Amino acid sequence: MQDVLRDLYQEVILDHGKHPRNHRHPPEANRQARGYNPLCGDQVTIYLQTDGDGRIADVAFEGRGCAISIASASLMTEVLRGKSEAEARRLFDDFHRLCTEEGFGLEDAKAGDRDALERLQVLAGVREFPVRVKCATLAWHAMTSALDGEAQATTE
Amino acid sequence: MAILQQTARAGDNSTLAFDVERIRKDFPVLQQHVHGKPLVYLDSGASAQKPTAVLEAMDEVYRTGYANVHRGAYYFSQQLTDRYEGVRGKAARFLNAGSDQEIVFTRNVTEAINLVAHSHGSRLQPGDEVVISEMEHHANIVPWQLLRDRSGINLKVVPIADDGSFRLDAYEALLGPRTKLVALTHTSNVLGTVTPMKEIIRLAHKAGARVLVDGAQAVVHGKVDVRDLDADFYAFTGHKLYGPTAIGVLYGKAELLKAMPPFLGGGDMIRLVSFAETTYADPPHRFEAGTPPIVEAIGLGAAIDYVNAIGQDAIAAHEAGLLAYATERLSQVEGLTIFGRAKDKASIVSFALEGIHPHDIGTIIDREGVAIRVGHHCAQPLMERLGVPATARASMGLYNTREEIDVLANALEKVKDIFG
Repeated sequence: MQDVLRDLYQEVILDHGKHPRNHRHPPEANRQARGYNPLCGDQVTIYLQTDGDGRIADVAFEGRGCAISIASASLMTEVLRGKSEAEARRLFDDFHRLCTEEGFGLEDAKAGDRDALERLQVLAGVREFPVRVKCATLAWHAMTSALDGEAQATTE
Repeated sequence: MAILQQTARAGDNSTLAFDVERIRKDFPVLQQHVHGKPLVYLDSGASAQKPTAVLEAMDEVYRTGYANVHRGAYYFSQQLTDRYEGVRGKAARFLNAGSDQEIVFTRNVTEAINLVAHSHGSRLQPGDEVVISEMEHHANIVPWQLLRDRSGINLKVVPIADDGSFRLDAYEALLGPRTKLVALTHTSNVLGTVTPMKEIIRLAHKAGARVLVDGAQAVVHGKVDVRDLDADFYAFTGHKLYGPTAIGVLYGKAELLKAMPPFLGGGDMIRLVSFAETTYADPPHRFEAGTPPIVEAIGLGAAIDYVNAIGQDAIAAHEAGLLAYATERLSQVEGLTIFGRAKDKASIVSFALEGIHPHDIGTIIDREGVAIRVGHHCAQPLMERLGVPATARASMGLYNTREEIDVLANALEKVKDIFG
């Protein structure tokens, strides 16, 4: 297999793509938004449960899509729990840079994001596939829409 | 040109004369490599590649005789106006229209359908019905929804059969006294289904309805005769017919075009303009406001010449062979499902691989040099009907080979390897 493909479709991605974590609709969710990629028709709905302090107590998703978008949504649900709204937004910012900026490493990320980014680094392979960056960031766009109180996000 | 000599030798109907290797040499882009692999272009249904004859015809206009049309009293303008209007004649003969005046140049099929929805559609009354089908492209859905919102018409949708064929029985049942227009694809861009258009039109006319045919995919794969079909409107686009983008054709029966109000207003579509009143030109110019895509029209003319020189029957025979081979070869790939098994089908194969999203297929086989379309193909209601978010689609044109189908099938095995 070519290296760029191996980097893109790492075992972790394939595993999360096939067996996504937190793929459910939590009844306690108090915010939700649908993410939609008009290019391929993929859809995910992100559910957030924020507690009194504004921290994300639970995060889950439903939807269908390609291996990259589903794995990214699954991994996102694993790293967001316990984060504040501001931390979640900051992490997306660094994650977006990880997916798009050549040479962007953990040391370039904000200190508080590094642990989470280390887990998300498996998605950095999309850098070589600009069309697929939208897949990797779909769930994250939906997550920020949910925080903003908007019902829908698209990758456009 | 190689093709012309070949056709002159063997005649239009001889498939023996169809030398795909010689044809491939007419398309410079087919010599390209992608990620170090020879390009295997299986996305002609989205947009076809262009032969040298088209590229040179357009280049030659810009280099040796460019001017605006319908305006100048000088040599270049008159000469190019004659050539531009000459393409109208070529398009008329290509469709077997009754006259050149029945050919309106548009940007593409989308614009052609919007033109009919606005101009012809403006005469529809609230409660009148427009019939479309489950396998329409968004271009033949959304303009009618916009018309519904403007004029209060009702939209009726003909269901398709599970194998992707058009359901004539369900269609006939939908036709009624309020049916004023039927707008249907002649060939599905997803399923490849060729619809029984002559019968569709006969039934519509019996019910007193007019018919608009979306021929974007159909004209590429075989001879279309609008008068034999008795179509009221028929639209096709240049870029799927080995011609340039931004030039399309709307055929409309003369008496219908004559009765229709203008679509866009501007220069070239008028007779006399004053601030009090403006009178409009006769069709087809009534529907061609502003400077048209002049050089693109010349390119379309060259594309029609190119296709005619090879022969549409020869192309259809070649593509039928490719479709049969692709269907058989891809069926051997374990876990692969083909969508669309209609008996009358163009060389378009939509498929899914079990447990693997089409987007991932597209990315992986791109690395093998294979270009296919993955996604909803601008036909989301059809995806809903098929129960999938998206499909992968290989669409084959006159320059494709069986070896390329083999490359696709082998690349799909690699996809399966990666996904274990």
